[in-house]
Formats: sequence, structure tokens, C-alpha cells
Amino acid sequence: MLDNLTNRLSGVIKNLRGQARLTDANIQDAMREVRMALLEADVALPVVKTFISHVKERALGQEVMGSLTPGQALVGVVNEELTKLMGEKNDALNLAAVPPAIVLMAGLQGAGKTTTVGKLAKLLKETQKKKVLVVSADVYRPAAIEQLKTLAGQIGVEWFPSDGTQKPVEIARAAVDHAKRHFFDVLMVDTAGRLAIDDAMMQEIKALHASLNPIETLFVVDAMQGQDAVNTAQAFNEALPLTGVILTKMDGDARGGAALSVRHVTGKPIKFIGVGEKLTGLEPFHPERMASRILGMGDVLSLIEEVQKGIDQDEAAKMAKKLKSGKGFDLEDFKAQMQQMKNMGGMANLLEKMPGQLGQMAKGVQGAEAEKSMRRIEGIINSMTPEERRKPELLKASRKRRIAAGSGVTVQEVNRLLNQFEQTQKMMKQFSSKGGLMKMMRGMKGMLPGGM
Amino acid sequence: MFSFFKKKSAPPATPASSETPATNTTAIAEPHIADAPSTPETAVIAPVVAEAVPPKKPSWTERLKAGLSKTRDKLGKSLAGLFGGGKIDEDLYDELETVLLTADMGVDATLHLLKDVRERVSLRGLKDAAELKGALKDSLNDLIGPLEQPLDIAGRKPYVIMMAGVNGAGKTTSIGKLAKYFQSQGKSVLLAAGDTFRAAAREQLIAWGERNNVTVIAQQSGDSAAVCFDAIKAAQARGIDIVLADTAGRLPTQLHLMEEIKKVKRVIQKALPEAPHEVMLVLDANIGQNAINQVKVFDEALGLTGLILTKLDGTAKGGVIAAIAKQNPVPLRFVGVGESIDDLRPFNARDYVDALFD
Ligand SMILES: Nc1nc2c(ncn2[C@@H]2O[C@H](COP(=O)(O)OP(=O)(O)OP(=O)(O)O)[C@@H](O)[C@H]2O)c(=O)[nH]1
Ligand SMILES: Nc1nc2c(ncn2[C@@H]2O[C@H](COP(=O)(O)OP(=O)(O)OP(=O)(O)O)[C@@H](O)[C@H]2O)c(=O)[nH]1
Ligand SMILES: [Mg+2]
Ligand SMILES: [Mg+2]
Repeated sequence: MLDNLTNRLSGVIKNLRGQARLTDANIQDAMREVRMALLEADVALPVVKTFISHVKERALGQEVMGSLTPGQALVGVVNEELTKLMGEKNDALNLAAVPPAIVLMAGLQGAGKTTTVGKLAKLLKETQKKKVLVVSADVYRPAAIEQLKTLAGQIGVEWFPSDGTQKPVEIARAAVDHAKRHFFDVLMVDTAGRLAIDDAMMQEIKALHASLNPIETLFVVDAMQGQDAVNTAQAFNEALPLTGVILTKMDGDARGGAALSVRHVTGKPIKFIGVGEKLTGLEPFHPERMASRILGMGDVLSLIEEVQKGIDQDEAAKMAKKLKSGKGFDLEDFKAQMQQMKNMGGMANLLEKMPGQLGQMAKGVQGAEAEKSMRRIEGIINSMTPEERRKPELLKASRKRRIAAGSGVTVQEVNRLLNQFEQTQKMMKQFSSKGGLMKMMRGMKGMLPGGM
Repeated sequence: MFSFFKKKSAPPATPASSETPATNTTAIAEPHIADAPSTPETAVIAPVVAEAVPPKKPSWTERLKAGLSKTRDKLGKSLAGLFGGGKIDEDLYDELETVLLTADMGVDATLHLLKDVRERVSLRGLKDAAELKGALKDSLNDLIGPLEQPLDIAGRKPYVIMMAGVNGAGKTTSIGKLAKYFQSQGKSVLLAAGDTFRAAAREQLIAWGERNNVTVIAQQSGDSAAVCFDAIKAAQARGIDIVLADTAGRLPTQLHLMEEIKKVKRVIQKALPEAPHEVMLVLDANIGQNAINQVKVFDEALGLTGLILTKLDGTAKGGVIAAIAKQNPVPLRFVGVGESIDDLRPFNARDYVDALFD
């Protein structure tokens, strides 16, 4: 599968062929494509502009005649620059303070602050054996305090009580006092979501910061955020001496251009990414992965390598050939695909470690339930005649009854399988036209295990 | 404080399906008071606190404008320069493109609007940059105008509204506001605490129930579909006009959760075949181009009938609705303009366009 940007560029690259170097004149169109790709990925426009001029500067004069095509050379430059801008890998909290080390959270409504407090507390407790106290200074949102209390209970860290009638600064002071007296290593302070233009609320968190003097002030950003990320980040960065950024909801399929916007505006390291609602869903930030994701090449490239390892190459080649030749995808292929999925069990493990969509999908591919449903599907297909497998349209009621009896399932289950098969068939069509691996993976996952 | 009223009686008619929630154990009848639900049975949290009438709020345009004003200051500056006068030239169109892109309209909708504006300009023979603004507003209005389709709840009882959306979009809060909105129209409302997953999601909805002085149907733990089923049965038994069903936030990539919410819808249909009457996707105005995919995936899964665009009181302008209008139009019913109970407005395309550009 070609990546998004390479795809975009391939159209305009022709005028680069035969040229020895990238010049101002011959990369105009390509730069416009890069611009569009970044905008589609939600990188904020001012950031896009700065970035493009930066890339241009680097690309100009670059030799493109080598083994790479000019397009690839350009993608390489873009990717490199983007990775550089994303900053160093930075996956630690600074806790070097006279205990308690205080961590303050800040961000827009619904960004993921409270959940992230839970995740970080769990991480610190479990990997660094820290004694962690959490407290909520969110006196506005209904049940916000209760939410943190529940999370604290789930991970077994202490929760310091607060309630909606108190002032945030009061709450904070009392919590610090408690943390000191009971020798906590870390105090994590959750705050209410707030708009950067809400002056009263921004004053409030400034006061909170002044009173707490936290060693870490973390700005929590939703990876789905759009163009406004620059405005918000700027306002929070001006109001508070931020020490780091946490990018949440990376398990979604947003390209996450906000990461670049926020990083560009604040200059602060992205310390972690949130990859799930569960409290285990926190991972270190990898700049190169983020760059690839924004450009739409994702981890898919490295994934393809893994897939190739897991998949029987001959089988895969046969399938690809068949699809290309325009011949239909039949139940025989469907079965072969199921077998491939089984072989990929090891890969699923690996996928799970990856952030984002792929990790999520891998979770669904595994487990005893998936195993069982795969066996059933195989059983049903095995009960069909070779002709039926090639021409599923033959399968009318009486044949279905025979197959059901033969494989020890109900006719409904046979129908369900045929449905899934049809979906897969559709998907394979898409795959062979433009779709891509991501789509195929998603479709495969869709066949399991809920279906049967 | 709210009290928990646990109810017991004959179970409602049990639909014949494996997906039928275990309502046999959680039926509705004369309430008796329990300190707290000790079993995962459905609890009916009846209102005990009457809400004081809140002060009159500014009109939605004022509110929206106030919210958008900060960005508009910035935007406005470039717009003032833009529309201030002078010739209509390519630089001007470039600037226009910037304005649209930074409002999250996305490349596709932006190019569409630019083309449309150009056509208007040549058709009307416009020369002056100042006239461009009108053309732009018309273009945008033509694009998003069709989204303006107010929710009509007439004739069905209970009218069941199911909420869906990604994490933190504002579903629960919007339910709280909608409860107020419908009550102010003289309708009776019941809430279903269908988010059985997130920490304290139930307590959050119960708090909104209290604020609105309406009943909340909830379970201690358990199954979203079952809660919604029970809520509809309860609404039928009590002659309630509107059921608002909350669901847990989920991302389109979480395929198992997308399956789960399909099941919630199917079970709602079992409780009342014509329901849900409205499947509402809640979108956060802060979200960029991913919102388009959210609409697509939730629409495929559930068949969306309406949208709510929240957090328009911030600096985000929610321009992605232009892209949605172009690629996958779904009626935009309401906009959220704050965190309070009154911060909800029916969507009005003209007002939105005005607030964006004036
Ligand atoms: N899928 C996913 N969901 C997340 C992630 N982080 C947080 N969430 C969900 O996002 C929603 C909002 O999270 P909260 O932690 O309540 O956000 P918040 O910033 O504290 O919200 P406010 O206090 O209302 O401003 C919840 O449904 C969380 O479960 C993540 O990394 N992935
Ligand atoms: N400023 C502003 N904040 C809003 C608006 N609507 C919701 N919020 C806030 O956004 C945050 C998330 O709202 P919720 O209603 O909890 O969102 P949700 O979609 O139910 O979240 P999950 O159930 O965790 O997925 C809360 O802090 C709300 O107060 C709005 O229109 N404007
Ligand atoms: Mg919170
Ligand atoms: Mg909610």
C-alpha cells in the first residue's frame, strides 16, 4: 500500500522526472500537495505554512537522481523534518522535587484530563513504586470528583476528598498538606476543563498553579482536535508554564495533526499518548510514528513487513494475482484467508503494542472466542462442495440445510457466514482497487468474533 | 440528595430474542425506598429537588457570537482587510481560502466554496472586495442551510432519542440541556443512564436528572441496552413524552463498541418497534476533519437522524459541518454554547454564518 502523501505526490511528480535537483520551480506543485496532506491531517494552517517553507529550504538543491524517485526523496525530507519537529522521544515525568512532586493537569473540556490522571497514577505506582495521592479541583462538572474517586479506587491509589462547594485553591492546599504529612511521593491535581477564552477560569488555574508550584504542568490535548489547536495551545502556554503535553484518544483514526500544531506553538515535549479509555491505555510518545501518522503512512509500512513475515507468501501472491485479474473472491479464498489470520496470531501480539487503530484491531483478532469462531467458519466451508465454494450463489435453502447439518450448526449461522463472506468480498474489491491494508485489516477484524 | 427507588413488579412483555435484556428481574412497579441499590438491578432515580428557574440568557446568536468573537477578532481582522474594499483578485481568494481552512472546513469543502464564490462573483459581475463577503455568506448558507431541520417530536409517545458520539464530545451534558429544553415546552422527560462503562458516568447523568427534576433510569452496573429497554418500558408505563438515552463515548475504530451500540439500538427497537425516533450524533466543534469520518461510521452503524455540535462557545468554529454538509449531510438539530443547562440552541444556518463572518 502506498502512503497517502506518496499517493498525492505521484500525480505531480512527473515533472520532477529527469530533473537532477529539486528547484523552486519544479517543487511548487509538490509543495501544494504536502500542504493539502497536512491540512487534511488537521495541522493548523499557520504551522503548515511555516513547515512548508522549512521543507522547501531543505529540499531545494537536494539531489534526486539517486536510487530513489524524486517523489520519494521529497517524502523523505518531509518525514524527516516532521519527525524532527515532533521533538525527542520523551516518556518520563520529572518528579525531581522535594516530595510531594506535584503534577497539575490542564486542558479543554473533555480532552481526557481526569482519565489521564488515573493512567499516570497507575503508571507511577506500578512501574516506579511511587506513593501517589490524587485530588480533583474540578468543582464544576457534575460527578467529576466522583469520577476521579472511582478511578483511584480502580488502581488502588489514595484519593483526597473534595467537594463542589470548595474553592480549587483551598482543595489544592489541603491536598498538599495531606500529602506532606503522609509522605506521598506524588500529588496529582485534576482540574476542570476550560476554554482558553474564559478569563475567569484561566485566572483560576493560574492561581492554582501559583499556589501549588507543580514540577509538571501537563497540557492534555485531544488528538482529534482541529485547526483551533494553535489558539488553545497558545493561550494555555501563555497562561501557564507548561512542562509537557499529553495527546489523548490516539486509538482513534484521527491523523493527529494537532500534535504538530501544539508542539510548534508550545515547544513543549509530548510526553505520553493516550490509547484507550482503560487505565492501561497510556504509551510513550514516538516522534517518528507520529510523523508517519500525520502523513498518512502510519505504522503501516512496518506493519506490512510483519504481515509479510506472518503470511504464507505463495498464498498471498496467489490471492493478489487473482484479485488483480478481476476474478471473484470466493469461499475457497475466504477459507484461505481465515487460515492466514490464524498464522498471524503472533503478529496480533505485536500489533497490540502499536498505538492506534491497529492495536485495537489486534485485540479483536485474538482470544479463544476468535479461535472458536474461526473453527466454525472452517467447518461450515468444509461441508460445502468445491463447486459451492466457488459459486456461493448456488447456496439456496436446501443446500444450506445440508451444510448446516453437516457442520453441526444452524442455518442461521450458515447465513451469517455468507453475509460475512459477502462483506469480505466487497472489501476485497475495494482493496484491489484503491482501499489499502488498513481497510482490509478492518474488514478482516469485522468478521470476528462477534459474528459467530 | 437524590434517593434510589427500586421497583419491583411483573416484568414487562419480554421480546423473544437472545438480545433481550434480563428485565425479568428489574421490573417497574410501586416504588419502595432503598438506601442504595445493592443489586445490579435497575434503579429508578426519582427527582426530589425542584430546580429554581434560571435567569434569562442572551439569545443564541448573541451567545454564539460572544463565543466566536475571540476568534472573530482575529478572523475579523483578516476579514476586515479582506472585505474592506479594493479589487477582487487572486490574493483575496487566497486569503479567503485561509479563512475557510482555519475554520476547519477542510480542503474539499473549502475548494467547493471558493469555486462557488467565484461563480457568484462572475455571475453578478462583482468587482469590489466588499461585495465578496455577501457572496461568501450566500455560498456557505446554501451549503449548510439544508442541515437546518428542527427536530419534530410531535405525534409519538414516548419519543425516544438515542445519543451517540466519541469520548468527551458532550453527550451527557447535551442530554441535561435537552431535558430542560423539552420540559420548557411542556413535555415530560425521562433519562436513561446508558453509559455503563465510564467512571461516574451514571452519577453525572443522575446529577443532570436532579438539576432537571426528572427521573433517571440506571443500573448499578451492567448492560447499556438493558437500561435503555427498561427506560422505555418505564416511560410507557408512566406516560412520559420523551426518553433521552445516554451511551458511552466510543471511537469509530473501536469495532466491538460500535457493535455494542448497534445492539443498543436493536434492543430499543424491541422495546418500542418504531424507536429510536432520533439517533443523534454529538460532535465537538473542536474536532477537525475526523468529524467527517465520525459521521460516516456512526451513520453506517446506526442510521443517524440528527447532529448536535457542542462547545461552540470556544474559539473553535465547527466549520467541519460544511464538509459534513457536502459529504454526508445529516440534519444539525442543536448547537451547544456552554456548560450550563440553558446553553443549547436549535441550529440556525443564517445565524451561524452571520456569527462566523460579521
Ligand atoms: N478512546 C480513548 N478515550 C479516552 C482517552 N482518554 C480519555 N478518554 C475518554 O474521553 C472521555 C473524556 O475523558 P475525561 O478524562 O473525562 O476528560 P476530562 O478532560 O477530564 O473532561 P472534563 O473534566 O469534562 O474537562 C472519557 O470518555 C474518557 O474515557 C484515550 O486515550 N482513548
Ligand atoms: N464549553 C462547553 N463545554 C461543553 C459543552 N458541552 C459539553 N461540554 C463539556 O465537555 C465535557 C464533556 O462533556 P460530557 O457531556 O461529559 O461528554 P460525553 O460525550 O458525555 O463524554 P463521555 O461520556 O465521557 O464520552 C464536560 O466538561 C462538559 O461540561 C458546550 O457546549 N460548551
Ligand atoms: Mg475531568
Ligand atoms: Mg457521557
